Amino acid sequence: MKSTILQTATRYLHPILLLFSVFLLLRGHYFPGGGFVGGLVASIAFVLHSVAYGTHSSMKILRYKPLSMIPIGLGVASLSMFLPVFFGYPVMTGLWLDDPVPVIGTVGTALFFDIGVYLVVIGVVLTILFTISLETH
Amino acid sequence: MTANIIIATVLVHLFTALLQLTFWRKTITQRVLSVAGSLTGFAFALGLFERVRTGPILTMNAANWEAPFGIVFVADQLSVTFVLLTAIVALAVSIFSATGVGRARMLYGYFPIFHFLIMGLNGAFLTGDIFNLYVWFEVIIISSFVLLTLGGRKAQLEGAVKYMALNILASTFFLTGIGILYGITGSLNMADLSQKIQWVENQAIINLTAMFFLIGFGIKAALFPLYFWLPSSYHTPPSAVAAVFGGLLTKVGIYGFFRVFTLIFVPDDFIKAVLMGIAVMTILTGAFGAIIKDNIRRIFSYLIVCHLGFVIGGLALFTKIAFIGAVFYLIHDIMVKTNLFLMAGLIRHLRGTMNMSKLGGLYAQYPKLSLLMAVVLFSLAGIPPLSGFWPKVYLFDGGYQGNDYLYIGGIIIGSFITLYLVARIWSEVFWKRAATDDFVVDRFKSLQWHRKTLLVLPICLLACSSLFIGLNAEYIIQIADKIAGEMADPSPYIEAVLGK
Amino acid sequence: MELLLVASIGFLYAAGVYLILKRSMVRLLLGIVLLGNGTNLLIFLLGTITKGKPPVIEPNLKVLADIYSDPVPQALILTAIVISFGLTSFAIVLLKRVYALIDTDDLDDLNTPEEEDI
Repeated sequence: MKSTILQTATRYLHPILLLFSVFLLLRGHYFPGGGFVGGLVASIAFVLHSVAYGTHSSMKILRYKPLSMIPIGLGVASLSMFLPVFFGYPVMTGLWLDDPVPVIGTVGTALFFDIGVYLVVIGVVLTILFTISLETH
Repeated sequence: MTANIIIATVLVHLFTALLQLTFWRKTITQRVLSVAGSLTGFAFALGLFERVRTGPILTMNAANWEAPFGIVFVADQLSVTFVLLTAIVALAVSIFSATGVGRARMLYGYFPIFHFLIMGLNGAFLTGDIFNLYVWFEVIIISSFVLLTLGGRKAQLEGAVKYMALNILASTFFLTGIGILYGITGSLNMADLSQKIQWVENQAIINLTAMFFLIGFGIKAALFPLYFWLPSSYHTPPSAVAAVFGGLLTKVGIYGFFRVFTLIFVPDDFIKAVLMGIAVMTILTGAFGAIIKDNIRRIFSYLIVCHLGFVIGGLALFTKIAFIGAVFYLIHDIMVKTNLFLMAGLIRHLRGTMNMSKLGGLYAQYPKLSLLMAVVLFSLAGIPPLSGFWPKVYLFDGGYQGNDYLYIGGIIIGSFITLYLVARIWSEVFWKRAATDDFVVDRFKSLQWHRKTLLVLPICLLACSSLFIGLNAEYIIQIADKIAGEMADPSPYIEAVLGK
Repeated sequence: MELLLVASIGFLYAAGVYLILKRSMVRLLLGIVLLGNGTNLLIFLLGTITKGKPPVIEPNLKVLADIYSDPVPQALILTAIVISFGLTSFAIVLLKRVYALIDTDDLDDLNTPEEEDI
């Protein structure tokens, strides 16, 4: 079932949702938001796309298998968790750069942890949903 | 004092799993990485064990937050002993898996999930925060779901549905208990809780919360009215998986009992009576369930239930001597139960079945392997001087001192039935003349020698550990004594965590 | 507010237990989900509900001056929700596999006799 209205709306909504997910990811340290919510919003963008255009075409615009995002995300998160050990702090201590970077804000290990979570969430959600929807058809 | 070495074992298994994920579908690399990761984990666990055995309790404040506010990792003697046992089991099973698990399962990520499971176990043993303990429990159960269902045979799915439903229910109970505990004390740190719980005036609500934990851990540890998911799921996955499950997963529930019921809820007479009733019934139902089964893995599953009753009984007596017996029994049990399931896997390689009515004649064909397996079976039965004998002495002693003759009767019945089953397995599987040669599918004979070694080596390793525990009992008793001291008087633990 | 929460927690627990006692596997799953939600609300309630500011200290101050709301229960609930999301999605896929295999929703039809063991 393909609806022109939904497809046209998706064409505009998809990039906006992705942008919004990055916004949520970056503001997450002090305000509501963060890696998990951002990842969910980003995966909703792809789910919307798959509803409008079919699962195969959204897998095509993703280019990589969603499953491959899980190890990358886990790797980024665990490295940012492990990094403080080299500076003699306990695991997971937040390390921060002194000067804020424009647009992004202060960069620290917590941000990279969030990015890792963001990738893992997208990977897990899309893997599950794509698997279920491909099995059904 | 900050000691990052505490969670080294957790990180080792995390990074092993990550590396294996990047080598997706390259099963040979994954096998090598798995053994290497488990060896490294074992080395770290041994280092940590030695450091804590000879020194003070180590703590680490994760993310550098002070103790009652942040999550703290604590390595006391109880934790590090469990971590060391986990490392030994993980090493044995990852060697066994290299041949004992089918290639199809490896392609779907058997090894990474296995290492996530071991990571979860290590984390659960080392954390000092009760909500963090819940999170590690969830890491464990979600990896165990995947390991249990990989393959997707009908019997596996049946076991998995029951296992899943009951374990999620257990987590819900556990979480409810944590919620109430936070509501009445405002803390999640176990050492902090141990102090704050004494200031709560309403004793009834504390006992009620204790019941939530009792049910939650009781399902996970497979105790009397809540055990039935275990015998209906542990005989379905590959033997390597069943070995980890049988050796370690139920013991996490027991660890939860040890931690929570000595540190936070010090049992009053009511809870002691409840625990003792559960223990005796667990021993009896497990033992009688095992008698009527024909499949050796089903027998072993029921024996797990039976022998957990011994340990919970030791906790219910709540004297130092009973604690020594319970801890020693656990140390022995983890080694032997893991080995039993590995042995079942080897028997399946030798004969293609694990059903006793179709087995037979193994002693005639493989005398050396049979002797190896005899060591395992005899130490399960507790024939002196093997490892199952010594802890029972302490448990008996504890039972007599506490005048708890019901428990002593339970131990005697449980031990006799175990002995009977060992004799039955020995005669049916090893001595009996093989029924007909039509059934026999000997996959072992045609294997290359290095694959044969990979199957037999882990069983040897664990059998040697059992022998070490049995012949070197004095050393184990020293460790059990130290653990029992920690359980009877938690003030050093609290001091180490809160730094007062 | 508290009274409403208490009532809804009670309702969620009751409905969850009722559904778990059914033989249908889908209802079992729904029951587990409801129980989990009830538990999350329970934590939220027991963490004492206060109308307050987020517990972030202003840069020029040393202590929190205002009434603040306790962030810990919210962190606990968020974690619990994430975990139950993973567990539920796994359970759905598992039940789907079971349904494809035995073509029924009844838990009793899943039993395998001991003779079929390996």
